[in-house]
Amino acid sequence: MNKKYLMMSALLAANVAHAAEFEISGYVGLEWREHFEKGQFNTASSEQADRQIGLTAEPEMVWSLAEGEHTIVFKPYGRIDSADEERTHMDIRELSWMSYGDDWEITAGISKVYWGVTESQHLVDIVNQTDFVEAPDGEDKLGQPMIKLTAIRDWGTVTGFILPGFRERTFPGEDGRFRASLPIDSNTAQYQAAEEDAHVDYALRWNHTIDDYDLGVSWFNGTSRDPIFTLNNTFTEAVPYYAQINQVAFDLQATLDSWLWKLEAIYRSYDDSVKSQFDDLGALTQTDFGITDYSAATGGFEYTFYGPFETVWDWGVLAEYQYDSRQDASIANGQNDIFLGSRLAFNDAASSELLAGISQDLDHANTQSLVLEYATRVGAGLTVNVDAFILMSDDVENISHTFKRDDYVLVSLNYYY
Amino acid sequence: MNALTKLTASMATAVALMSGINVQAELNLAGLSPEEQGLAIAKERKSRDIGWGDSASSVVMTLRNSQGEESIREMRMQSLEVSDDGDKGLTIFDKPKDVKGTAFLNFSHVDKSDDQWLYLPALKRVKRISSRNKSGPFMGSEFAYEDLSSFEIGKYSFKLLAEETVNGIECYKVEQIPTDKNSGYTRQVAWVDKEHFRGQKVDFYDRKKSLLKTLTLSDHKLYLDKYWRPMKMDMVNHQTKKSTELNTLTLEFKTGLKDSDFNKATLKRAR
Repeated sequence: MNKKYLMMSALLAANVAHAAEFEISGYVGLEWREHFEKGQFNTASSEQADRQIGLTAEPEMVWSLAEGEHTIVFKPYGRIDSADEERTHMDIRELSWMSYGDDWEITAGISKVYWGVTESQHLVDIVNQTDFVEAPDGEDKLGQPMIKLTAIRDWGTVTGFILPGFRERTFPGEDGRFRASLPIDSNTAQYQAAEEDAHVDYALRWNHTIDDYDLGVSWFNGTSRDPIFTLNNTFTEAVPYYAQINQVAFDLQATLDSWLWKLEAIYRSYDDSVKSQFDDLGALTQTDFGITDYSAATGGFEYTFYGPFETVWDWGVLAEYQYDSRQDASIANGQNDIFLGSRLAFNDAASSELLAGISQDLDHANTQSLVLEYATRVGAGLTVNVDAFILMSDDVENISHTFKRDDYVLVSLNYYY
Repeated sequence: MNALTKLTASMATAVALMSGINVQAELNLAGLSPEEQGLAIAKERKSRDIGWGDSASSVVMTLRNSQGEESIREMRMQSLEVSDDGDKGLTIFDKPKDVKGTAFLNFSHVDKSDDQWLYLPALKRVKRISSRNKSGPFMGSEFAYEDLSSFEIGKYSFKLLAEETVNGIECYKVEQIPTDKNSGYTRQVAWVDKEHFRGQKVDFYDRKKSLLKTLTLSDHKLYLDKYWRPMKMDMVNHQTKKSTELNTLTLEFKTGLKDSDFNKATLKRAR
């Protein structure tokens, strides 16, 4: 009896061990970001850093249960910055449970989703907050608490989101770069919603593929991820204000031979009460804060030359136009701008790639930015990236002007395990 | 990451490309022109590769440059045979580690260009990509995308050149001229064994008609008593002196994969 019991428990233990598969992977990184111009907002008490050394880590732990029917993911992220204490931060990028069947999928926990098709800006992608201290391009996102339910049907995929809990955007500190003239006190963030950052947001998305066309329609209702800046009582700090919004969006990509045609469009509206509240603030009106119902769009193409000049390279050229109905460059970066880019994939064993782009503000001839990114691999697990970002603007009203002396060259080494 | 853009069709199907089956019917080529003979051999080869259903495999690719320095690629592949159209394939990359979790979905079509999507795990982004690139290197290797796509009769015009022995095996030597203007080759010469119609060797000629690469297929294994698959594929580039060895580590058929395992949602959760 005893023996039988022992054997059974041993078998059981073996079974359990087999049922839960665990895997860890990720990277650690070392970064060096050098700024060549003195900070624009240096004061007697604070100086914007000229050199920022960073240490980053992003391990990913995955538990796969019941032969992959259930998956639990934990992906924390951390950065230590040598100069900017606001940039030294941690975040849980993912901590979620996922399960699925033939035609459905559910995710609960902290997670990330991506919506949209364009390259130069991501208007439609709204679920996750931008981790702005990471990089000025807004590509890095904070983990978002969510319950996500997906239904896969012949007529498309529908995903519903319940988003309990809001993440504030991160901002560099006084000693950092890509900050405005006034420091931002994120501890005093204000909200339209009485529940503040506990407000529950909702979103819905449908996407489908019809032959060469991939299209998506989405709706979001809740706390805007984009803050509006007001001043504190003593006019010494900027205070982020997060309004409630309703946003409908559309995205489309046509994949026709070597051409990719892309379009993203949004319509965002605010409550009348909050609009009039901003009208009552004083000399400024709702339009000065950008709290006005508006539409925005990004559209363009990418064309790829395969094996040009008798090489094995892929050479892509892309152009995108950015529009915002508010027509105000002090509120929206891409109000009337064009982006031209070139992407060169060398298709070598090191997966080397070179990307170059220019953004030109069509309303202000002297406002433009340049971006250059080179990536390659050394050995089996080490990647080397060299990025350069240059911003020019002589128009004090333009957002870009705030960052015009924050040009940088960034060298990053990431070791993957 | 984008270097991965436009990978080709499922490799398990691809591996099928150069294989044959073990039905012991002698092919009667008497009275046919060399072109008709070539086509008859291709048709026989194709007909022996119907009904495999679905498969799952893991593969390791070793890239070597002219100095002998190595670079490793590892991936897992799932494939589904689609009876009235091209196959569906899902490829998940494990190595190099920096592209781990990148996944590629391919719906190949017989009468139009393939539909392809790439999943980039760092951004959680699914990108529809152009399937126009046939001649580019797959993962920086000596295999081009078109070398790994499934064998279809319509992709070539055929001609029987000779009967020769390769590695001690009696073969048909067949010329294959690609019909697709986007192909990187002017012609291929394939040696297909007479008994099982398995590809044994292929010479590839570039756009200038010079010999570019030679593929050697070996360690053929029989699956489901019917389908031969090479466990080892060796591609040597004569012009750059680089080479790539593709080894199939595991391969299973009839794993229960179905159509609902191949869509943009499954691409995103592929691990």
